[in-house]
Amino acid sequence: MAIKKFVVGVFEEEGNLFNAVRRVRKSGYRLHDVYTPFPLHGLDREMGLRDTSIHTAGFIYGITGTALALGFMTWVFTKDWPLNIGGKPHFALPAWIPIMFEFTVLLSAVGMVLTFCYVCQLAPFVRKHHFDLRSTDDKFVMVIDISSNNSETEVSDFLTNLGASETNVQVAETGWWLGRYDKEQKLGASREPSH
Amino acid sequence: MSLMKYESQVRPPLVVGDKDYHQVTEDIVRPIEARPSGLWWIGFLVSVALLLFGVYSVYREVVYGTGQWNLHKTVGWGWDITNFVWWVGIGHAGTLISAILLLFRQGWRTGVNRAAEAMTIFAVMCAGQFPIWHMGRVWMAFFVLPYPNTRGPLWVNFNSPLLWDVFAISTYFTVSLLFWYTGLLPDLATVRDRARLKWRKYMYGMLSFGWTGSTKHWQRHESLSLVLAGLSTPLVLSVHTVVSFDFATSVIPGWHTTIFPPYFVAGAIFSGFAMVQTLLLVTRKVLSLEEYITIEHIEVMNKVIVLTGSIVGIAYLTELFVAWYGQNTFEMWAFMENRANPFSPYGWAYWLMMSCNVLSPQIFWFRKLRRNITVTFFMSVIVNIGMWFERFVIIVTSLYRDYLPSSWATYYTPTIWEIGFYLGTFGLFFTCYFLFSKFFPVIAIAEIKHILKRSGDNYKEHMDVVEKKHSDELFVEAHAEHH
Repeated sequence: MAIKKFVVGVFEEEGNLFNAVRRVRKSGYRLHDVYTPFPLHGLDREMGLRDTSIHTAGFIYGITGTALALGFMTWVFTKDWPLNIGGKPHFALPAWIPIMFEFTVLLSAVGMVLTFCYVCQLAPFVRKHHFDLRSTDDKFVMVIDISSNNSETEVSDFLTNLGASETNVQVAETGWWLGRYDKEQKLGASREPSH
Repeated sequence: MSLMKYESQVRPPLVVGDKDYHQVTEDIVRPIEARPSGLWWIGFLVSVALLLFGVYSVYREVVYGTGQWNLHKTVGWGWDITNFVWWVGIGHAGTLISAILLLFRQGWRTGVNRAAEAMTIFAVMCAGQFPIWHMGRVWMAFFVLPYPNTRGPLWVNFNSPLLWDVFAISTYFTVSLLFWYTGLLPDLATVRDRARLKWRKYMYGMLSFGWTGSTKHWQRHESLSLVLAGLSTPLVLSVHTVVSFDFATSVIPGWHTTIFPPYFVAGAIFSGFAMVQTLLLVTRKVLSLEEYITIEHIEVMNKVIVLTGSIVGIAYLTELFVAWYGQNTFEMWAFMENRANPFSPYGWAYWLMMSCNVLSPQIFWFRKLRRNITVTFFMSVIVNIGMWFERFVIIVTSLYRDYLPSSWATYYTPTIWEIGFYLGTFGLFFTCYFLFSKFFPVIAIAEIKHILKRSGDNYKEHMDVVEKKHSDELFVEAHAEHH
């Protein structure tokens, strides 16, 4: 992935953040991301992110599970090996409901979690650049991409005006790489930004 | 913003004390970063010893066969299936708290859900042991899976409740584990980012999957949690329903009743909450988390206990009534002679169950007792003893005198290896719980932060001001913030 240059603004209060995001977008700066220690409801809308469709994926996985379970049991008990169980019908739909339900839930849950990990690029030994380690503790970190043409001081001042308690400039890799968090691996630090 | 964070003053705070976000992290992560106490070591080693005894008991059963247990033709299910149902029942509270209470938007779940979910996973692990080793020839355990084989292929019987159980328990375990772990990711990242030691950074770096707290990721995480909660809600109800089908679809007197599914589910929640109380009362004390797991949390759970205990009580009485009303000789015999008659061989077990599960929880109608920690702890143990006897009564009293008096069993008593197996699952459960409480945040850090400004003690004080304001004023303020 690309190595870019960023201005990082650290906010103490989540209250300022909504307003700050609005102003940043209005002023035409390129908002890279906002890192928060817990979910802030509505911030995604404010940032102009579209709604996630992970629940739709879950629905599709779920009905796949239902269909697979029903199809498989039907095939086994009516085609492959029809067993006479107390003279009951081979196609015993009511008796299959528990397994159909469990399999629906299983496929939906497993599928959704795998999809979540894939789209968020989360896995063991996946490493990403962290702009501020305190963003998983108590700080709200807004990152603005300045690799196009903004000047550092201009954006830093802008963030300070919006209520950022501190700002700094970082050159960083935007994607993920395989690595470990106990080793300092600043991929981007040694190289110049791509622009 | 002031309007968004408003919560009535009438509701007691969920987080006590003067906390900010950083303090929350400090409080919850401290036990992970500190050296384990002597008490922890004692508890852990005792658990490991129990576990090893259990492993040896199971070893005897595998090598010499199920003859190591006192099961016989008449009582074919004994302690093993009793313990299975007991552990599965305990494993219901965690998902109930995390899933159903999430859908109901119950803020208090944030203090207890992480530990309760962990407890669920460990309890289901213990439960699964019993049917697996009960198979006798455990090396053929994979026969329960519908895989293409060279015996036909001969498939499993999808119409059998025992097979439904295989699907229900394994799905429940998998989904609970996924739900728990996705919730843990952000908190593990918190531990990673403040770690000073190399191994801790390495371990939590690996465990947290590279979580950063990006807004997009949080958005997906929220959506994922909500849908998983929606899926887990019917799932948690289905699991004990299916367990009850193991009994209800048979033709054994005392088992063949339609009341079983709701009755089992209520009993499961009842015993699960009791176990959550037992564990959390100790955890909050040992890890000094009294400000997060407050007396309010304990009281709310006691209310659930008295409610579900009463549902279970009504189910017991309904069973007796229906046995009489149905006028089936065998059903009447099972209930009136084998169970309710205090002078029959197992009458004591029935009345022990009645007093532990139905009578004793009624003390929780009194607020003072609901908020008393010693009483709560004592009661939580009583309830689980009662719930163990419920399963024992259902299984053994229905079996030991069957249709044919010549095959009536003498008194069924477990062997030392049956008891050892049961103690071994206690060992497994507590070994896992001790490791969990040492290496994982026992309270959901991110979720506590999420409710802090609404339900935190120090923040609620300021709401007094908000409460006294006129709504027009608030509107003007909120409007001004937007410009």
